[in-house]
Amino acid sequence: MSETKWNVTLLIYRQKGSQSPHYDTFKLEVDPDEYVLDAVERVWAFHDRSLTFAHACHHSTCGACGMRVNDMEKLTCIVPIRDVTADGGTLKIEPLRNFPVISDLAVNMASLYAHMEQVGHRAVLPLSEEPSEPGVRPVAKAAEDDYIRLADCIECGLCISACPISAASAPYLGPAVLAGAQQHGLDGNSDLLALVDCAEGMWRCHQAFECTEVCPSNVEPGLKIMQLRQAAMRQRIKHLFGSKK
Amino acid sequence: MLKNTNSPSSSNWWKWFDIRGRAAGDVAFMLNRITALGLVLYLAMHLVALGQLALGPGAYDTFVQIVKHPVFIAFELLVVAAGIYHGLNGIRIGLVAFFGDTATVQKQIFYAMLAISILGSLFFGIRMFTA
Repeated sequence: MSETKWNVTLLIYRQKGSQSPHYDTFKLEVDPDEYVLDAVERVWAFHDRSLTFAHACHHSTCGACGMRVNDMEKLTCIVPIRDVTADGGTLKIEPLRNFPVISDLAVNMASLYAHMEQVGHRAVLPLSEEPSEPGVRPVAKAAEDDYIRLADCIECGLCISACPISAASAPYLGPAVLAGAQQHGLDGNSDLLALVDCAEGMWRCHQAFECTEVCPSNVEPGLKIMQLRQAAMRQRIKHLFGSKK
Repeated sequence: MLKNTNSPSSSNWWKWFDIRGRAAGDVAFMLNRITALGLVLYLAMHLVALGQLALGPGAYDTFVQIVKHPVFIAFELLVVAAGIYHGLNGIRIGLVAFFGDTATVQKQIFYAMLAISILGSLFFGIRMFTA
């Protein structure tokens, strides 16, 4: 934290029940090295206790605090204020797109969680199956068993909010779900193949790659969808030549 | 019952063209949509114009005089530019979808295709306006 103080204006999306959405303005003095979530929490603590938003871990593990900050999807617990505005600037805070708003900045992501379960995405898996991202110190392998780790995808929903196709097509599974299917693997899994190898699955993606741009973890959903397509094409070619697998 | 104004809906198609906060891949996607719509519109106009030619030699001569006007040539250049971009972006989409991890360099391929589109459009523009 620095001694420097910035004056910023928070323009926060508000919507309760069946009210029409509007924006409320809050002027705050902040440390530019604080995170955006800290500023939102301060609005709740000192200005308006009716502000609703989701958050939990404060260290990018739970994926609860995704919001749109100045028109870009951000995991607000790890984005310093100095990265998204300047002294005297504005922070426009809105809920994630493409999920129904429950109240203010909190959205209902039940459809994402249900689809992730449907494709068999594993939240915990062996390190050998999902290596650490580049730059992370490798862990020495245990004598017999592999270490387990939390999966890269934290199910924050940022990718679905940023995806232009998810905005206009409700049945589309979306980037996180398709990346989850790729993590699970298609080999010998005809049910999963049927679920993703269809018009509202991997073929609905139009390769805008906004999912990869906003992903705060190491998932690269856009790349995963392309890998899924290649796997599906391999399966189709195998079937063409009589393989039953 | 939740109010679903923020939910996915086919009426949100206009968000395809909202590039606030978006990156190169989304610009490529948006340009692909715009050029596709432009090319379809051109095809429809082209068929209507060809229908006029069936009215006889007089109609043909009048039509040729109209399309020699610089405004028409400028529109034709837009069609050429849209055709070049749309075709090259199609190649990019195919490469990225079916060739290994090409998705990791999709931005670089987009910039290269965009540069070729601009150079190609300039080439044809000079030819069309100086012929």
